[in-house]
Amino acid sequence: MHPPPANAKRRDADQRAARMLGALVALVLVVMAAMVVFVFREAWPSFSHNGLHWFGGGGDVDHQIQAIFTSGDLKQRPVYAFHAWPLLWSTLLITGTAVVIAFVCSLFVAVFIVEFAPEWMRAVLEPVVRLLASVPSVIFGLIGVLVVVPYIGNHIISEHSKASVAHIVSLSGYSMLAAIVILTVMIAPIMIAVFVDGLRAVPRGWLEGSLALGINDWRTFWKIGVRTARPVLVAGTVLATARALGEAIMLSMVSGSVGFSPNPADGLIFFVEPSRPLAATILKNTEELTSPPMRHTLFAIAAVLLFSAAMLSLIGWAVKQPMKRYGVRA
Amino acid sequence: MSASAAAAPKIRVASSATWRLRDRIGLGFAWLLGLLFCAITAAIVIYLLVQGVKYVRPNLFVTHPAAGFDEQETGGFLDPLIGTFLVGAMAMAIAFPVGLGIGVWLSEFGRPFALARLTESTVEMIAGIPSIVLALFGTLIFQSPALGFLSRSAGGVVFGRSFFAAAAMLSFVALPLVVGSVREGLQAIPGHVREASYAVGKTKAATTRRILLPTARPSIVTGAMLGFGRVIGDTAIIVVLLGATLRFDGAGSTPLLGTLRGTGSTLTTYILQNAPTGEGNQPTKAYAAAFVLLMIVLALNIGAGLVSRQGKAMRWS
Amino acid sequence: MELKPPPVRRLPLDPPPTAVAGRAPASPFTGAAHARARSSTFAIDRMQVDDVLVAYGQKPAVDHVSLPIRQGEVLALIGPSGCGKTTLLRSLNRLTELTTTASQQGRITLDGADIASLEPTALRRRVTMVFQQPNPFPMSVFDNVAYVLREQAARRPKRAALDAKVREVLAHAGLLDEVEHDLRHPALRLSGGQQQRLCIARALAADPEVLLLDEPCSALDPQSTQVIEDLIVKLREEVAVVIVTHNLQQAYRIADYVAFMYLGELVEYGSATQVFGSPREERTKEYVSGAFG
Repeated sequence: MHPPPANAKRRDADQRAARMLGALVALVLVVMAAMVVFVFREAWPSFSHNGLHWFGGGGDVDHQIQAIFTSGDLKQRPVYAFHAWPLLWSTLLITGTAVVIAFVCSLFVAVFIVEFAPEWMRAVLEPVVRLLASVPSVIFGLIGVLVVVPYIGNHIISEHSKASVAHIVSLSGYSMLAAIVILTVMIAPIMIAVFVDGLRAVPRGWLEGSLALGINDWRTFWKIGVRTARPVLVAGTVLATARALGEAIMLSMVSGSVGFSPNPADGLIFFVEPSRPLAATILKNTEELTSPPMRHTLFAIAAVLLFSAAMLSLIGWAVKQPMKRYGVRA
Repeated sequence: MSASAAAAPKIRVASSATWRLRDRIGLGFAWLLGLLFCAITAAIVIYLLVQGVKYVRPNLFVTHPAAGFDEQETGGFLDPLIGTFLVGAMAMAIAFPVGLGIGVWLSEFGRPFALARLTESTVEMIAGIPSIVLALFGTLIFQSPALGFLSRSAGGVVFGRSFFAAAAMLSFVALPLVVGSVREGLQAIPGHVREASYAVGKTKAATTRRILLPTARPSIVTGAMLGFGRVIGDTAIIVVLLGATLRFDGAGSTPLLGTLRGTGSTLTTYILQNAPTGEGNQPTKAYAAAFVLLMIVLALNIGAGLVSRQGKAMRWS
Repeated sequence: MELKPPPVRRLPLDPPPTAVAGRAPASPFTGAAHARARSSTFAIDRMQVDDVLVAYGQKPAVDHVSLPIRQGEVLALIGPSGCGKTTLLRSLNRLTELTTTASQQGRITLDGADIASLEPTALRRRVTMVFQQPNPFPMSVFDNVAYVLREQAARRPKRAALDAKVREVLAHAGLLDEVEHDLRHPALRLSGGQQQRLCIARALAADPEVLLLDEPCSALDPQSTQVIEDLIVKLREEVAVVIVTHNLQQAYRIADYVAFMYLGELVEYGSATQVFGSPREERTKEYVSGAFG
């Protein structure tokens, strides 16, 4: 609402305020637009040299990175050959698996917290969830490296398995399993916090109405409560996926630092093979930003990440649209 | 119709059970996961506490870190500790006013509509950008000659890494949180408060400044604290834009400005370095620093919780 | 558990008032039609409230109330705000248990069985409730009714089988004509009166023995109120109807038996003609004539 147009002086004061704040807003928008433009501009040489093969496989990506870096010397011709498939595959596997597992677990835990947990348990769980959601990722990485990785290395991977793939890659605890486990634990609290807020917002009248029709507690909450909160579930998942995609620190510590493409055909060993997702690759090579082709390549990876984050938001928005039809507040 | 024959009294036919097996399994699963979650979080928190208490020593807080091979030589984490607070304060110094402004604009002004929608989407997008991408972008900006004064230059090449650079990019990380909490706080105020103020002739600007913002203060403060917590937990931007030198390495001799233009580290990079995957490889120091960082984050969370509960006490009916 | 049908008792019900020329029956509300036409004069005992006390914390909201609830008649609970009528209604299907501070003494039986010994969900299928604010679920009209119907079947019924049943239930509630053309219409986009009739349809879909209505028309306009009142009177032959209302005229229009409650106590219980025409208690007389409310 707006104040009634009083005298000119008051109108001016409001207009001035609106203009100043509007300018601030515009500034932030411009900076963001500049960021997108600059990132893609820096990324372009890498894409243009590789074309669609950028996303494909072929060759050892670690060697390629090395070659790109050394070619940055002014004396040599820049080398851009880069096939990022192992990195993409690693990112997809780790992020995808972690998000799926975290979603299922977070939904049930959130339902538990909102509806079925005893009072004392709820009072403990809620602050704990919010605390966990704000723990820095480097601490998760530390626990991962000092606890999870040795455990996997010593107890889950057998000597036989190590020997069987020793000629291709060395299996230590730094593996996809460690990455997925810790990433799940990292993004679950975020999802739980968002889901709990959303489930709480379901109007009590609907739940009570369902109970008064003779539907039991569980079905009432699941069919009415969770169904009503579907937009919130989407929002929480998008948020957690974005966090998982961009997670560089923790994954660089525990997923193993080789650009290796885990092979499902390897059977169970598949889960303990090392790899390195996109964000962790950028982190590992930031020292080498001085070399121009390296910089272009790293920005290309950043561009892919940026694009994915934007796509996620868009998908989230699109998924929520049909839910609006029946009056669920999306 | 004849009134003599009464309708036979209707008794429910024994219908299906009210609780199907699937429901029981679902409920059981929820309980199981709830307890499992409790167990895992308890394990993490207890483990960190135990390890931290084991390795934290008072002298770590006041000793400068140094390169070395064993515990005695590597010193403490005084510089990273100061660095954490320094970079956090600087980032919030940028994010808070900007976030406040954007939040107020979105909530109270917001014309033209297209601009408002665009801003909302942009803030949402910023929340989803990985910090490593922000870090890379920061290198582009701060390595350009125009902004060379914000960091060290040597031989015509701008280094581009300094507290200024890190703080500027970190402010993006905190921005969505501040904007969100400002909007939430303002939107929770019912319309009749604004109407009452306009009815006595106050401008929108005055109303916002004198009435709405003070009322929304708990929400805004909570957002700021959470933003601060998020900023000090970030590692990627620090690694790329702060140079990750163990001690503060000032550029130039001006007392404060020199430090801010120079490189340094924070608790997060300290932990990163001293983890087994890092160069220092002093796990004991890493645990100690992790414990301290966790305590800071915990204190911030508790503080934010207290503030918001105080705010709820003042709820509008 | 073997359910025995309740005994059918022939209870003397007031015969419809015969129009006697020149002498209008004593009535505090001029113009209101009373004693709608009925097709049977039988009433069947369904529930019995026996010396029930419900307290929230220390304060009793329902203070030693006893009354019968019968199929074949509409029982109206009347009284000023806060007198405990809604609490009494909610205790009939054990919704009071959802409030943690509530405690209850006394006995309520459904068809002879103590409701405290039944499983709450099973009880609530037999005693369903319609609330003051229409609360259709955020789904289509079809799904709102189908949601309840699916619970009745042992295995998931096919959509086609449900379709016929949904239409039947909607016709029963008098809503089918208005929504027939598009059963997929979002329920929240119906008008208030239609939403409330949808809620009644849902409550009937559960095939209950007792239907509880908590001020169902207080949020509706007069036309919708009329339609719903007609529906309630039509339903009383098949289910026992208990309606809480603070609208005396409404009680006069549709009730067969009236229970007047004040501050948790049951002040007077009797047939509608008796309570409105010649109330025994002084307080009832004052309330009915509008001295307080």
